[in-house]
Amino acid sequence: MIKVENLTKRYGRVTAVSDVSFEVGKGEIVGFLGPNGAGKSTTMRMLACYLPPTAGRAEVAGYDVFKDSLKARERIGYLPESVPLYNDMRVTEYLKYRAALKGVRGRRMKERVGDVMDLCALRDVEHKLVGNLSKGYRQRVGLADAMVHEPDLLILDEPTIGLDPNQIRQVRELIINLGRHHTILISTHILPEVELTCSRVLIMNRGRIEASDAPENLRARLRATGDVRLEARVPDAARARAALLEVAGVRGVNAVEDGEWHHFDLATESGADPREAVWQLATRENWAVRELTRDRVTLEDVFADITHPDE
Amino acid sequence: MRKFFILWQREVAVYFRSPAAYVILFFFLLLTGFNFWFVLNAMNRGPSSVSVVEAYFNTVFFWFGFVLPFPLVTMRLFAEEYKLGTIESLMTAPVRDGQVLLAKYFSAVFFYAVLWLPSLLYFVVFQWQTRLAAAPAVGSFLGAYAMLLLIGLLYLAIGCLASALTRNQVVAAIISFATIVILFSWGYFTRFFPNISPGLRDLTSYLSPLEHMALFSQGLFDTRPVVLYLSGTAMVLFFTFQVFQYRRWKV
Repeated sequence: MIKVENLTKRYGRVTAVSDVSFEVGKGEIVGFLGPNGAGKSTTMRMLACYLPPTAGRAEVAGYDVFKDSLKARERIGYLPESVPLYNDMRVTEYLKYRAALKGVRGRRMKERVGDVMDLCALRDVEHKLVGNLSKGYRQRVGLADAMVHEPDLLILDEPTIGLDPNQIRQVRELIINLGRHHTILISTHILPEVELTCSRVLIMNRGRIEASDAPENLRARLRATGDVRLEARVPDAARARAALLEVAGVRGVNAVEDGEWHHFDLATESGADPREAVWQLATRENWAVRELTRDRVTLEDVFADITHPDE
Repeated sequence: MRKFFILWQREVAVYFRSPAAYVILFFFLLLTGFNFWFVLNAMNRGPSSVSVVEAYFNTVFFWFGFVLPFPLVTMRLFAEEYKLGTIESLMTAPVRDGQVLLAKYFSAVFFYAVLWLPSLLYFVVFQWQTRLAAAPAVGSFLGAYAMLLLIGLLYLAIGCLASALTRNQVVAAIISFATIVILFSWGYFTRFFPNISPGLRDLTSYLSPLEHMALFSQGLFDTRPVVLYLSGTAMVLFFTFQVFQYRRWKV
């Protein structure tokens, strides 16, 4: 659905997007992550045919976004980050205008506008002026606008920013529903959001794509360094420590005494998960165990690891 | 064409939805009405060699009222879309840059026409009340209103260009107002400097809207001003198109 090859965007001397290449298949929901100023919005704007690239090319649904811009635009629903709307129009009127502009006509326009209003729960504000709507409703009007012409691809630039938790949940459910029929590229700062909705994650930093994989795989990649924690009552801490060091996959052990209990932090070798072996050791030695866990790697850790490698 | 029409409708609707439009319409009516009263009053004092139409379209009040609305009518066109960011949703819809530009421009032309339409009524009322002809021939009306439109086309295009240059409406208004006043007062040049060379004098009169209007409101037709204003309009619109595209490259 999206094919990006060596896409670059420079503003004067500043390179916002540098030699980016990626592909998104039909039906995927792809989360676009990265710190502020990483180049996510610029990339999305280029894909949405708003900004021309400095170099490289991008294709949406088989149409070059620069050379076949009109055809590509007909197939894209784009929600810009700031959700710009005409404040002087009423909600239905605005959606009808946008539908007409995107080539949806006659009876189909009426149907589509009705559908997206139901989908985005806009019925109770349909006669209100857009300028008088709350942030949450504005966001939903923007979303309704983006999908009113049934685009193949939805590009949503931070659709949940500034919403309250309930609204975020509603938008998330909406996006998951949309994902059944559309390809979606969504940028966000809310990482749990991505884990719940996206089938793939692109992490961008300083204008480059640093990672592109399913959220589980990204976590798995980082889990290599996930430490195991054991809390047990052992007769002799020093001996226990030595025994733990013998376990396959354990690189180092750090023991801390806590009354009659001991905490052991086991640094593991890359890719190893020694929990089972530790458990067997503990039963053999008859240690009372009250905790045996491994640090759960979240997407947040992955994100921090990729975007700030030196910290 | 259909896209153009959808865009044009929206632009026209914006005019008539804002209270500012009615304020402009009201005060413009007041000004042109005062000008009409002023002309009749002056002509009542003694014999005069000009027709009512000719007199009406050549007073200081007429010209002042004429120049004033251009910045007000055009300043919003692009500047507001830049400011609100709506240019982004507009230009990511499947519309051509040219369609957007022309829709905006012709919505301004439409509003300008609405602005001047009531002035026709003054002459209708005059002829009905006095049973006198406001002009010796229909050509006088046609000429005056054609010139009104021609100069208007160019000045609206200048306003359009000014608005495409900035995201600040006040700045757009000042740019277009200054440019239009300079172009317009070109006609006074010879009055301040009577001793200029004949070549410069010819050039001045060729470019002077004052002289064009004086000629056309007598019912006389000259192709030169027509060509001047139409080609000038096309050129300024072409510049506007370039600026509009350039800004997207730059943003």
